[in-house]
Amino acid sequence: MEHITLLLGIVIITALVFDFTNGFHDTANAMATTISTGALKPKTAVAMSAVLNLVGAFMSVEVAKTISKGLVNEEGIQPEVIFAALVGAILWNLVTWLVGLPSSSSHALMGGLVGAAVASAGLGAVNGGTLVTKVLLPAVAAPIVAGAAAMLAAKVTYKLGGNVGKKTSAKGYKAGQIASAGLVSLAHGTNDAQKTMGIITLALVAGGALAPGSNPPVWVIVSAGMAIAMGTYLGGWRIIRTLGTGLTDLQPQQGFAAQTSAASVILASSTLGFSLSTTHACSGAVMGAGLGRKGGVVRWSTATRMFIAWGLTLPAAAVVASGAELVMRTGDVGVAAVALFLIASCVAIWLISRRQVVDHSNVNDVQAAEEPGVVTTAMAAVTVPPTVAAEAAAEAVAGTTAAVTDEALKATIPAAAPTAPAAPAAAV
Amino acid sequence: MKIDWAALGSVFGVSLSATVALVALFTLGLVGLSKHETATEQGGTATLARSGAYACFALVTAAVGYGIYLIVS
Repeated sequence: MEHITLLLGIVIITALVFDFTNGFHDTANAMATTISTGALKPKTAVAMSAVLNLVGAFMSVEVAKTISKGLVNEEGIQPEVIFAALVGAILWNLVTWLVGLPSSSSHALMGGLVGAAVASAGLGAVNGGTLVTKVLLPAVAAPIVAGAAAMLAAKVTYKLGGNVGKKTSAKGYKAGQIASAGLVSLAHGTNDAQKTMGIITLALVAGGALAPGSNPPVWVIVSAGMAIAMGTYLGGWRIIRTLGTGLTDLQPQQGFAAQTSAASVILASSTLGFSLSTTHACSGAVMGAGLGRKGGVVRWSTATRMFIAWGLTLPAAAVVASGAELVMRTGDVGVAAVALFLIASCVAIWLISRRQVVDHSNVNDVQAAEEPGVVTTAMAAVTVPPTVAAEAAAEAVAGTTAAVTDEALKATIPAAAPTAPAAPAAAV
Repeated sequence: MKIDWAALGSVFGVSLSATVALVALFTLGLVGLSKHETATEQGGTATLARSGAYACFALVTAAVGYGIYLIVS
């Protein structure tokens, strides 16, 4: 096996932790509607998703190659930068999980990389155009595309299938949902597990353990696949609850429409070369399907909180990551401090989450305390025509992030890392 | 800054039409099955409805297979 330094070991473990949080954060994307409509029992659903994620992780290494080759300048990047980026991404994933909001793990990771890069190489290295085309635009476009498709599909299936017998309909939509949710899980495994493989490979290359341009070693593929599958099986029940029952009330027909739309959008976007985020597509699809039924309502308060979280994802992860990068400049002590801080924060967030446990047993319960009947009814009464509201919300999100963009988050990845202080810690 | 509007537009078009087409096909399949079931309950047969339903499901299955192919490749 390759020669691995202590720092490199920390980076690899952190990357696997990120992969794990990515798994349980994104279980909701594939399985929330399947669980809330009762097509699968909660435990069965997460088990199925976990298996498909694992299978997906082994099916191809194309995405991992793009990350570890091309995207980042392998000559320049330091293991510390990757570590700082991962710290930012993990913390943001855990915080959004705690409040039960779906948010993109890829954006968190990208935000972390941007922040760490800015801290280590300065603002100049950042490229605003890339940020807009690769992050901002997809984040706004994904929910609109998926939402429109899901809404139309839900309308169609209600119209055509109005006189389908009860038994056939129950069985049929159940099977349909399981199939489309399976596709989403599989796609997630191939995409997101590979992101971690790419990151670990990148760290190995950066630390000098692998030759630049190498494919991910087998143990990297296996461990990344296992980590994401374990995370998925654990299930991010808080997020599943928000996506499955919090945003809107879904019937099997709508669940099927939403899941099919999500699967089509993910596959079409990755095939046609305009990558859209899975999380954003799934959330948009759920809202669209919610509006596709006569009398269906989207709870815009929950949706707004989700949009705000999306807008904050990149800057928040970037701030944490740049802080971590600055602390680590002090050398080994700094690295240890950041590692301790990460562990302490994870434990703290977990302890807070125990105060009000959400798991497979109560995932479908209505959140009565949060939204009293009066508010819900009032909201239903004043709900703005869907498209206008969705666009307004999307613009609001765009506004938030755009402001940050101007500040300086200009480049996805630093090409200028060599100017960073030559980290002596790499030789530990 | 160059935004690839054509790619975005084609993603929008393809996703929208694929979703609606698949869901419509699937629903038609269910309608056919349901017709067949009511017919058999009343002692009759509805062969056309049943074969139509199977044709719909076959198309949907083919689409899922193509999806898996896209993921793998």
